[in-house]
Amino acid sequence: MSIRPEDVRHVAHLARLAVDESRLPALATQLASILEHMEVLQRVDTNGVAPVEGVGAGSTPLRPDSGPPIPLGHPIESFAPEVRDGLLIVPRLATHGEEEAERSP
Amino acid sequence: MTTAPRPDVSPLTPEESAARHEQWEMVVGLEVHVQLLTRTKAFCSCSTEFGAPPNTNVCPVCLALPGALPVLNDQAVELAVRAALALDCKVHETSVFARKNYFYPDLPKGYQISQFDQPLATGGRLVIGSSEDGADVAVRITRVHLEEDAGKSLHDRYAGATAVDLNRAGVPLIEIVSEPDLRSAAESAAYLRLLKQLLEYARVSDVSMEQGSLRVDANLSVRRRGESKLGTKTEVKNMNSFAAVERALVSEYDRQISVLESGGVVQQQTMLWDGARGRVRPSRVKEGSDDYRYFPDPDLLPLVIESKRVDRIKREMPELPAARRDRLAQEYSLARSDVDVLTATPELAEYFESVARAAGDAKAAANWVMGDVLAAVNARGQPLETFPVRPDDLGTLIGMVRDGVVSRTAAKRVFTEMMETGRPPAQVAADAGLLQVGADDQLTQWMDEVLGENPREAERFIAGERKLQGVLVGLVMKKSGGRADPKRVNQLLASRAQQGK
Amino acid sequence: MSSSPLTEIPVRDIARGVRDGSLSARTVVERAFDHACEIGSGAGGLNIILAGNERAADMADEVAETAQRTEFAGRLAGVPVALKDNIATLDMPTTCGSRILEGYVSPFEATAVTRLREHGAIPVAKTNMDEFAMGSSTENSAYGPARNPVDTSRVPGGSSGGSAAAVAAGLVPVALGSETGGSVRQPASFCGVVGVKPTYGRVSRFGLVAFGSSLDQIGVFGRRVDDAARVLQVIAGRDVRDSTTADVPVDTYYSAANAERLDGVVVGRPAEYFPESLDPGIRSLCDRALDALRERGAEVRDVSLPHTDLAIPVYYIVAPAEASSNLARFDGIRYGLRVPSERGLAGLYEETRSRGFGPEVTRRILLGTYVLSAGYYDAYYRKAQAARTLIADDFRSVFQAGVHVLFTPTAPSTAFPIGAVTDPYEMYLSDIFTATANLAGVPAMSLPVGRSGGLPVGGQFIAPHFGEAKMFEAAYVLERALGEDAHR
Repeated sequence: MSIRPEDVRHVAHLARLAVDESRLPALATQLASILEHMEVLQRVDTNGVAPVEGVGAGSTPLRPDSGPPIPLGHPIESFAPEVRDGLLIVPRLATHGEEEAERSP
Repeated sequence: MTTAPRPDVSPLTPEESAARHEQWEMVVGLEVHVQLLTRTKAFCSCSTEFGAPPNTNVCPVCLALPGALPVLNDQAVELAVRAALALDCKVHETSVFARKNYFYPDLPKGYQISQFDQPLATGGRLVIGSSEDGADVAVRITRVHLEEDAGKSLHDRYAGATAVDLNRAGVPLIEIVSEPDLRSAAESAAYLRLLKQLLEYARVSDVSMEQGSLRVDANLSVRRRGESKLGTKTEVKNMNSFAAVERALVSEYDRQISVLESGGVVQQQTMLWDGARGRVRPSRVKEGSDDYRYFPDPDLLPLVIESKRVDRIKREMPELPAARRDRLAQEYSLARSDVDVLTATPELAEYFESVARAAGDAKAAANWVMGDVLAAVNARGQPLETFPVRPDDLGTLIGMVRDGVVSRTAAKRVFTEMMETGRPPAQVAADAGLLQVGADDQLTQWMDEVLGENPREAERFIAGERKLQGVLVGLVMKKSGGRADPKRVNQLLASRAQQGK
Repeated sequence: MSSSPLTEIPVRDIARGVRDGSLSARTVVERAFDHACEIGSGAGGLNIILAGNERAADMADEVAETAQRTEFAGRLAGVPVALKDNIATLDMPTTCGSRILEGYVSPFEATAVTRLREHGAIPVAKTNMDEFAMGSSTENSAYGPARNPVDTSRVPGGSSGGSAAAVAAGLVPVALGSETGGSVRQPASFCGVVGVKPTYGRVSRFGLVAFGSSLDQIGVFGRRVDDAARVLQVIAGRDVRDSTTADVPVDTYYSAANAERLDGVVVGRPAEYFPESLDPGIRSLCDRALDALRERGAEVRDVSLPHTDLAIPVYYIVAPAEASSNLARFDGIRYGLRVPSERGLAGLYEETRSRGFGPEVTRRILLGTYVLSAGYYDAYYRKAQAARTLIADDFRSVFQAGVHVLFTPTAPSTAFPIGAVTDPYEMYLSDIFTATANLAGVPAMSLPVGRSGGLPVGGQFIAPHFGEAKMFEAAYVLERALGEDAHR
């Protein structure tokens, strides 16, 4: 499977990374050469082999439905870039109505 | 309906609309998100309390601070399993949490912990009615899975900025996905009402659309009647009430038919319900941008629920609506229509049963609860739990009427007083002088006064015009301020007429 | 190599001295702190320290005071510890060697650090690392490359190069690092110190900034086996804040501290870790170590782990995939760097992340996003997770066949010059002998077995899940058997 510049553009968008158009071909080549080494896996017979899913045995541990939460040693205001009236502030979404629909709750 | 112009949908005459319905079938599947009634969040110990100041119910985990890790809430599992069982699902021994990756300001980790290819439960059903031959009409439930909620983005609070509150981030939800078994907007609404009722009875959620603890998305397609193949579906979102769901489904149904009838094809896309304009409009988000890159969350092991636990949850299941309806009809010999009213919510059913027990008279209890109580509760606009007339007191009042301690008329006044003061009925009746008077001395005095004040009627009555007796009883009741025992007054009047002859 | 006599004292003796009052915790800690500032800092120094703990001396006094007032002041009383900068601390920033977290001070502390402090250890410094632990040389730090104290023109290995170098340079007797594919053992090998990666789930990851969550594990560096064993002893165990920690009793890791012999112990020598192409210097030092093990009574048995060659491809699919998701939280909204943009929120995301992450992190996020994206998931991620099962099964079968521990070289090379390796995949091959243990979740450790061309070489023990005690036993005996040869 070779990786094309437009694949890199798509993946960069998914990962919210700005990649300069001029760098796309070089990155595609680099990622392709790394992925080439992964091709060995396609020759491995994994029929009937369960993929690793969660390392360790048994069920995920459960915690009781009670507090207190893990405390914050210093408040949000001390580490957040912009806070107003306790709210985290980001630039307004241009198409917020639509973006709202893009994600599921 | 709105009067706003609908440029892309030609307005239909009722005849055209009816013609469409004859030709085209609506096919709907619903995805319902329900907030579980836990004290703390799904993966951290922050409170789930609604309405706290912004970003106060947060911790390293739900803020997604570097190095924080999720630990699953036992009660969220309990409630999710209970909901799944209430929906007749098979609860899987092993289910897997997966990360659903996407960027959004109120999604702190950049992914939502959800379940994907190995959900908590699958294969359930919800009965939404019965066919003419009496068989159940059921909607199949595809799956029930456990996930966490995102935070809240406020777009209108500050100019040019979106404000993010993460108090809700990490609150446990279940998603209930139905098969495309619904065939109309009304049927979809019925499904939602019954689902809400079921979840209230199972005590897994307070299912309030206003507080966001129940949210609905719909998948809708249309096909010509008789066709068995499904059409291309669209997803309809952004509906904030059951009524909005109905209207949105009709709007999207009409839109799809218009597209198909004009020779077009339905695009697989997301439509947003615009309540103000009363129509759906396409989301401008590009298709294909929703590559969520699901993979098993390595911070959590698979969730293993032993069959012992499932059995216990099944055993401890609160009585569900269908069972309650059957039992009420049988135990109290009530009409099916009355039972439907009395079991609308578990609280109302509980209230009714308590009144019936205290009163020892189910019929009277049902009449009071369906009449005065519901009218008063609706007028107050407050939940039944805070209604000042407690069931035991109402039961006592019903008993007082039956035993002739207060008259029916007086009882209404006592009830009003109880509602205002929360005091017990005997006290209210005594203080207001509403206790029924059955003593002949007093009753005879009132009767004599009434006859004296209405000499012509008295004369005719004594002369044998018996139909005047009702009028006279009424006058005596009025004079007594409702306290006179009408039965005894009748007897006294009758014997006076006899004597007079 | 500069070193402080005070920090050459074994951990056990520092704690004992502080407890009985014969050693001043403040002096030990101040000495470490000063050294860290002088030798360890950037520019002219080794650039292995990113921040020092201003409160360290006061904390030492508090520990000394507790030691005097009460019977027990902890097993690590007064022991200065350096921490890799991806382990959350309250008193120092936690930057992960990245611009995106420059100046970020965590409002909570890692469980491992809390446990260290409860036992009287004093965090004195945060150490340089490859950005978000992605690298094998500590050259990928936003704060400049770290240097190897053995030869300052060379890398200390990575990604926990700063912690390995801090121990090697004598700044501290012990340090914490983290592993995803060999990031403790490989720099331990390059710097000539002991490095331990415990079983996955043995040490809490709470407060360890995630890279590849199914592989990450906090590890320990020490000058000697015993130093590392005593630190691991304190930080190991179930933590209710990390769902992946195991509810398995913690053995006593230093119980074999005085062992001389390994009679009855079967040491496996996996052929795949001794390929034809193996550097002859490394081969001969490993052979010498195996001879020493035989002399001490161990049976050395040739074994095979046939899926070893899949480790790097599997690792470089699984780790970047998990990383692409783990690093999504660095979005400029709640903490860390925010680069405003004229393109609103979309621009803010992209500018913040593109300027905040360095080239290797960017490359791995792209790679990880790609292998998880629609249409490629099954071919890459799912396939890799299945192949990972085969790798884990390899280990299971040799251990089931009666092998107690495996012995291999830690890394295919010694420390290379700064700037020498430029091809990403060539750099990835540094993990060829170490990534297998992370993929299988088994414990492993590196300890010095000698020098080749004047540079340290590490030998690696690998044990079954939760078999740390046996692994330490073998390491104690080999360390004693090699004696000063281990550093020659």
